Amino acid sequence: MSDAYSEPSQARARPSLFQTLEIDTRLLGMIGAFVVIALFFNFWTDGRFLTPRNIFNLTIQTVSVAIMATGMVFVIVTRHIDLSVGALLATCSALMAVVQTELLPETFGLGFGHPAIVWISIVVGVAAGVLIGAFHGYLVGFLTIPAFIVTLGGLFVWRNVAWFQTRGQTIGPLDENFQALGGIGGTMGEMGSWIFGAICVAAALWGIFSARRSKIGHGFPVKPMWAELTLGAIVSGAILGFVAILNNYEKPQRVIERAFEARGEVMPEGYTEAYGLPFSLLILVAVAIVMTMIATRTRLGRYIFAAGGNPEATSLAGVDIRWLTVKVFAIMGALCAISAVVASARLTFHTNDIGTLDELRVIAAAVIGGTALSGGLGTIHGAILGALIMQSLQSGMAMVGVDAPFQNIVVGIVLVLAVFVDIVYRKRAGIK
Amino acid sequence: MTGTPLVELRDMQKAFGGIKAVDRVTIDLHPGEVVGVLGHNGAGKSVLMKMLSGAIQRDAGQILVNGQEARINNPRDARDYNIETIYQTLALADNLDAASNLFLGRELVTATGLLDDAQMEAETREIMGRLTPNFRRFSTPVSGLSGGQRQSVAISRAVYFNAKILIMDEPTAALGVEETRMVAELIDELKKQGIGIFLIDHDIHQVKALCDRASVMKNGKLVGTVNVAEASEDDLLAMIILGKMPEHLAA
Repeated sequence: MSDAYSEPSQARARPSLFQTLEIDTRLLGMIGAFVVIALFFNFWTDGRFLTPRNIFNLTIQTVSVAIMATGMVFVIVTRHIDLSVGALLATCSALMAVVQTELLPETFGLGFGHPAIVWISIVVGVAAGVLIGAFHGYLVGFLTIPAFIVTLGGLFVWRNVAWFQTRGQTIGPLDENFQALGGIGGTMGEMGSWIFGAICVAAALWGIFSARRSKIGHGFPVKPMWAELTLGAIVSGAILGFVAILNNYEKPQRVIERAFEARGEVMPEGYTEAYGLPFSLLILVAVAIVMTMIATRTRLGRYIFAAGGNPEATSLAGVDIRWLTVKVFAIMGALCAISAVVASARLTFHTNDIGTLDELRVIAAAVIGGTALSGGLGTIHGAILGALIMQSLQSGMAMVGVDAPFQNIVVGIVLVLAVFVDIVYRKRAGIK
Repeated sequence: MTGTPLVELRDMQKAFGGIKAVDRVTIDLHPGEVVGVLGHNGAGKSVLMKMLSGAIQRDAGQILVNGQEARINNPRDARDYNIETIYQTLALADNLDAASNLFLGRELVTATGLLDDAQMEAETREIMGRLTPNFRRFSTPVSGLSGGQRQSVAISRAVYFNAKILIMDEPTAALGVEETRMVAELIDELKKQGIGIFLIDHDIHQVKALCDRASVMKNGKLVGTVNVAEASEDDLLAMIILGKMPEHLAA
């Protein structure tokens, strides 16, 4: 055989530490940026930024944008954009608020506080999100109207459909079980958090080693055992460390006292209780796992990325790009509805301005997280990290008392800078 | 040629707006045969081939595979008849690796319905190992591969899925001399296995070297089909440029 097909001859340098660990240097860069931001604000606020309380707040503030950012990855990977996610969130939120405060308890006579209310509301909200998203996808995929225009129109339409549904009023308080999905009112407690953390660690280790076994089974090269163990230790440490921090966020005494009073008991002397992980974080973890599975382990995900890399080739391979577009926007719609659950539950009300400007935060999170607007490239975990970085910057600046206009100016500059750094990185690494 | 043709395209027609891109063209292909499809840009040869591969729907005409009428309305239909196409533009998704491209649209899945990437990579290593033994870059996006390596991914795809009928649209246009020779060897190899190949090509030398027959098109119409052994390069050029059969070949 000729040499024409062989590798370009290159002196193989000894693999670096990162290469041996097979860690994505890009991901590492983002984690590094996050750590720098966190330490910087922690220093500036005399240690207030990295308290359990603030980390808890940061977590529940990030969840809503992060959930939508995972869907935006698919949209941008297929070379589209969705400017309507904030407005769609508002429409779903308004619908769910009306369903749980008027329709179900009064019109259908379930009464307030009925345990089914939370689930019926969510099903209705997610169904609406899927339908609206699929409709956007139909306009983009089948009628070939550019996604920018469809979703710009959608922004006007759905923002004001929400307004019309509620006549601009704040609706609430929302169902109590529903509220638990959003924030401080719904946490797992110390024991629950440890159990959940342990499950996550077990799943992560199982994932690492089953992938290794599969590679060995097919005779593919694997990284050295110590590298796998190091990676496993880092991941486990991060998960358990995070649980430990949030388990240190103790409920204020009066909150616990009131809880005991409600049960007709008296709080024992010296009794303490911690918040632990919020349920909304569980929702994000579930979304992240499902979306990552779709992206990397299903045909749908493979076609989404293939269509982003070369739509013509994907179509010639027998994939119907029009249906693919409908599915991508339908997923985006479902995630807007799930975000609406978390966002309105955190506020305990539906407000008329809920989700305003979220479209820009979501797009920024996906892009900072490494999703290329030219299509074909992006990761779910990157987008979530992007959302976290954005939120840290914003709440960090708020803590140190930076004026609101300057906060937004900084976020805008960071967005542009992040994309520029990414372009430089890709050029250096030889990735197109 | 005797026996039932592998493929017959009868009275194929396709118009775009008022322009007849393909106008009542009839050609055929036998097992183990390479038929060159020649003509200027815009002569209609790519459109004709895309009707066979299902990428373009025909306005009128019949497609017969092994003498039976074939219903081909999209690329999946064509694949069901073991018709594989290697496009000029290679039709690879640059951001995916070799295995993902090779199996694009026909991914292997596990019992749970999830992608079986390990199995797909193993199959890719096996098939590409036969065609290009030195190839190693299985887990990088194909954007980083050379023209020849990319071409070998495309050819591997056709070979892996048991193509009986292969359409090659200028397979060597993007390749260097050595890589072109490789593809020529491969075409010979495929011929021996009884695969029929339609070869769209602009290079008359290559047509003379590789093809058994040549069908020439001009302005959407078939000029004629000749045995390459009986036609000189000048004859073929005359057909392409003038759109007329040379007198000594006209039946």
